Amino acid sequence: MSADAPGAVARLIDERRAQGTGILVGYLPIGFPDLATSIDAAVTLAENGVDVIELGPPYSDPVMDGPVIQAATQQALANGFKLRHTFEAVRGITERSDAPVLVMSYWNPVQQYGVDRYAAELKAAGAAGMITPDLIPDEAGEWFEASERHGLERVFLAAPSSSPDRLRTVAERSRGFVYAVSTMGITGARADVDAAARGLVGRLREAGAERACVGIGVSTAEQVREILGYADGAIVGSALVKALADGGLDALGALAAELAAGKA
Amino acid sequence: MALRDETGPYFGAYGGRWVPESLVAALDELSEVWEHAKTDPAFIDELNELHRSYSGRPSIITEVPRFAAHAGGARIILKREDLNHTGSHKINNVLGQALLTKRIGKRRVIAETGAGQHGVATATAAALFGLECTIYMGEVDTERQALNVARMRLLGAEVVAVKSGSRTLKDAINDAMRDWVTNVEHTNYIFGTVAGPHPFPAMVRDLQKIIGEEAREQVLALTGRLPDAIAACVGGGSNAMGIFHAFLDDQDVRLLGYEAAGDGVETPRHAATIGKGRPGVLHGARSYLLQDEDGQTVESHSISAGLDYPGVGPEHAWLADLGRAEYRPVTDTAAMEALRLLSRTEGIIPAIESAHALAGALELGKELGPESIILVNLSGRGDKDMTTAAHWFDLIDEGAEQS
Repeated sequence: MSADAPGAVARLIDERRAQGTGILVGYLPIGFPDLATSIDAAVTLAENGVDVIELGPPYSDPVMDGPVIQAATQQALANGFKLRHTFEAVRGITERSDAPVLVMSYWNPVQQYGVDRYAAELKAAGAAGMITPDLIPDEAGEWFEASERHGLERVFLAAPSSSPDRLRTVAERSRGFVYAVSTMGITGARADVDAAARGLVGRLREAGAERACVGIGVSTAEQVREILGYADGAIVGSALVKALADGGLDALGALAAELAAGKA
Repeated sequence: MALRDETGPYFGAYGGRWVPESLVAALDELSEVWEHAKTDPAFIDELNELHRSYSGRPSIITEVPRFAAHAGGARIILKREDLNHTGSHKINNVLGQALLTKRIGKRRVIAETGAGQHGVATATAAALFGLECTIYMGEVDTERQALNVARMRLLGAEVVAVKSGSRTLKDAINDAMRDWVTNVEHTNYIFGTVAGPHPFPAMVRDLQKIIGEEAREQVLALTGRLPDAIAACVGGGSNAMGIFHAFLDDQDVRLLGYEAAGDGVETPRHAATIGKGRPGVLHGARSYLLQDEDGQTVESHSISAGLDYPGVGPEHAWLADLGRAEYRPVTDTAAMEALRLLSRTEGIIPAIESAHALAGALELGKELGPESIILVNLSGRGDKDMTTAAHWFDLIDEGAEQS
């Protein structure tokens, strides 16, 4: 995909922006509490106002994740999650929903599978692209090639600590949007989403980022509303995983609908 | 280019920075400060003075003929890092990184630890420099190294028992990285080995290479020639890189790294990363690692907490591929036998980690034959391992309790 042929997530953001709002991205791990339920859960998100599904294949060493997501992904691994379930889950979701799916994967499983082969299978399963929490543009040569070849969006992270130079690189190398890390830290609900997020999104725009979504710590409709006041999307993870763990699909659907109200 | 001149970020296909963007600024800062400090006479003087008047360098070498009698007649010389303050080579690295922390102006340090040696060394330096200190240690390791937990707490450090994943060193590193991502503004991560993202592999190697530089001169002075082989244990690989480095371009000196084979490399219970692993990305670097077909990290096993790690430093991966260093497995049993043999023949109780190198040297001596000279890095002392050794050899009377 070239920069002038936007992918599904980029198009959706542009559409919403024209309407004066933005997108809600919802994260769920694959295989939690089991593969079939995790597919149902993603579809439930889409039915309740979540615009883009961020789907996480569980990994043994998830350094960006806090306790809620760690517990869920560890359980999924203990229950026998296999890498191929990633493609099954993407296919299962895209067959039942129009919401674009971004896979959020730590890098080693992708590298072991073969970057090009992984990208090809993601595309075939209907995924829009991939978010890479522990792959920075400096190391992403193979992923640039594979994502271009297969027409996948590629979302890099930007942090409040990133230098202007790095923000320019991240902005230039990302397709779809840039994932603006709201605060210095790992995943998990926080009462306040930092003022740092607003500053970072501003700096990203100056650095040339066309689209920026804010994640890490987002858990309420109020936070979603606040973020969409200056960014193109809000990303919610741990809060949704906790709802699914504690109250199943009903609780998940209810929280998603509540969060989606923040888009109005 | 001389092998010794390799400074990273890449060692052949290995190394690099496979980390979240949030850490890049801190790694850049650390690289920059280190690049400046390592050639700054003021920094070098301060570190040398600490080595001399605090940790006790240069460490001596000791020839061990009664032990060597079991090694086919080879001469065996030990580099006595066990005599350093805090009981292992770890202090060499920690003093350097603690000085850097002061230069950067951060007030808190964190570290991971397996056997507790790096944790104790970091807690020691934190006490010396007045830094806040948090040590991450897998829950399994806090149980098998309870004495070191007490030492760290006595030194004023907070010890966090890590309960995620396999609850060992690998998970302690994950939690330390999570802490760093969150508190990077005022916290420096004192990484304990030659693994992790750039600049750690090169920086820790640079801070440990004093071991080999001293030993090379000492062996020359004692024997009139270079050793035929160097033996060191390899977990992450810092003591091995430390002693190998000065000899990297001495083509006639063989370099042997001994990995923990646990119950045996033919079983699933081992930590032989180079021997049985394949390249991948873990904890910020590309290197060999123990992993399943999906790229999930596999739990390692070793009686030695300090070698119980499914990864290894990228420079070792590079040296292995080049064939410049060889990596061989040593089982729990062989290491414990060597530990007892050195204790009984020489009155030196080694750390179980270092006992892997001793066991390797016993076999190597038989291969190299009489008159060969083997330099072994005795990276740590065995005080911390007394509970493990007491159980292994059944040394404590039933019902006895220390009061």
